[in-house]
Amino acid sequence: MADEALIVLDKVNKWFGPLHVLQDVSLSVDRGEVVVVIGPSGSGKSTLCRAINRLEPISSGTITFDGQPLAAEGRALARLRSEVGMVFQSFNLFAHKTILQNVMLGPVKVRKEKPAAVRERAMSLLERVGIASQAEKYPAQLSGGQQQRVAIARALAMQPKALLFDEPTSALDPEMVGEVLDVMTALAREGMTMVVVTHEMGFARHAANRVVFMADGQLVEEATPAEFFANPKTDRAKDFLSKILTH
Amino acid sequence: MDVFSDPLNVDVYVTGFLWILRLTAAGAFFALVLGVVLAGMRVSPVPVLRGFGAAWVNIFRNTPLTLIVFFCYFGLYSTLGLSIVDDIDMNNFWLGVIGLAVYTAAFVCEAIRSGINTIPAGQAEAARAVGMSFLQTLTIIVLPQAGRAVIAPLGSIFIALCKNATIVGTIGLMESSNAMKELINANGDAVIPIFLVFAGTFAVVLIPTGYGFGWLANRLAVKR
Repeated sequence: MADEALIVLDKVNKWFGPLHVLQDVSLSVDRGEVVVVIGPSGSGKSTLCRAINRLEPISSGTITFDGQPLAAEGRALARLRSEVGMVFQSFNLFAHKTILQNVMLGPVKVRKEKPAAVRERAMSLLERVGIASQAEKYPAQLSGGQQQRVAIARALAMQPKALLFDEPTSALDPEMVGEVLDVMTALAREGMTMVVVTHEMGFARHAANRVVFMADGQLVEEATPAEFFANPKTDRAKDFLSKILTH
Repeated sequence: MDVFSDPLNVDVYVTGFLWILRLTAAGAFFALVLGVVLAGMRVSPVPVLRGFGAAWVNIFRNTPLTLIVFFCYFGLYSTLGLSIVDDIDMNNFWLGVIGLAVYTAAFVCEAIRSGINTIPAGQAEAARAVGMSFLQTLTIIVLPQAGRAVIAPLGSIFIALCKNATIVGTIGLMESSNAMKELINANGDAVIPIFLVFAGTFAVVLIPTGYGFGWLANRLAVKR
C-alpha cells in the first residue's frame, strides 16, 4: 500500500470550550507531497497542524498517520511523534542544551541510538542548514533565523516520515525569513512530506504541491498553487487574497 | 570569654554544631530528593499522584515542625517502635532527619513547581514532539531548567532548614541549642557571651551560604 496517503484527517472537529475551531476538516496528504495551509489568523490552521501529532487533542473524527490511527497519550503516541517532525513558530530549542545537543537529544534519548553515530549525523545536518560552526553555542546566542534552522535540523535528526511547520517564519525578522525558506524549499525538492502553515505566499507558490485555504475552522478550498492564486473559487479566498496581494 | 577557654565547653560547642551540620546535610539531601519527586507528582498527568503531592504539601507545610519532630519521636519511635539504629543519639538523629526532610520537602516541592511554571510551554511541547515520554520530558528538559531557576529560593529554604535543625534538640539530641542551654545553665554569669557565640556561629556560616546560592543562581541561569 505504498501509494496510500501518509496523513489522513477524516471529519476532524475541535472545540475550545464553545469555540468550534476545526469543523469537519478532512484532508489527506500523500507521501512526498508539500501541502501549504493558508488563511486568516484564527482560522484554525495552527490547531490543524498541531492536531496531526496530537499536541492538540481533537474532539471528534479520526487522524491516521502511515496507516495507523493516532493513539491516545502514551508509548504509541510517543513513537508516532518521533516519526513526525515539528517546527514551531517560536523555535522552542531546548534553552539549557547546546545546538549540537539539541539535535542529538531525540535520536539518543528516544531512539536509543549510539551517541557517536548520532553526532556524525547531527553535524552533517547542521552543516546542511549552515550552522555547523555554531554547534557548541547555546540557542540564546543565535539569531532567530539560525535557531529556526537548528530546529529544522533537530526535526530531521529523527529521520521523520513527515514534517509539520507551524508558522515557521512568523517570529523572524524579515531579513532572516529567506534563509529558513531556502532550507524548507530544499527539503520540499528532495521529496520530504510537509505540511506547512504559513503566511509566505511566495513559498506557497513555488514550493507547494497543493494549497489549502482555511477560514473560520473550515477547509474552504484546496487547489494547486497556480490555480489557487490565479483563480480562487470561493469569495472568502478571493477576499483574503485581495487583502494580502495588493500591497 | 572564660567559658570557652575550658576545653570541655569547647567540646560541647563543637559537638553541637557538628550535629547541626549533619542534620542539615542529611535533611537537605533527603528534602531535595523528596521535593523533586513531589514536584514531579504535582505536574504529572496522573490524578492520584497529583493528589498525593498536594496532600503532602498541605499537611507538612501547615504543621509546626516541632510537632512533626515530636511525632517522629513519640509516634514513630516510642509508640510504633521504629528504631533505625541501636545507638540512641544516632537514632534520634535519624528521627530528626525524617522530620526535617518531610517538612522541608514540602517547601522544596513548591519552589520547584514554581520553577516549572516559569519554563515556557514550548520547551515541553518540543520535547513531546520529538517523542519523549512524560518522564523524559520532565527529567531531561523541564526539571534541569526549573532547578536552575529556583536556586536562590532553594538557598533560603536550606538556610531555614539549618536553623530549624535546632528543633531536633527537643527530642534529646545535643545539637547547638541544647549545647547552648547546657553551657548557660553551668555558667550563669556569661549568658550574653555564650548566646552571642552561638548566634554568631550560625550567622558567620549562613551569610556566606546565602551569597553563595545567589552567585550560583546567576552562574547557572538559563539564557533565553
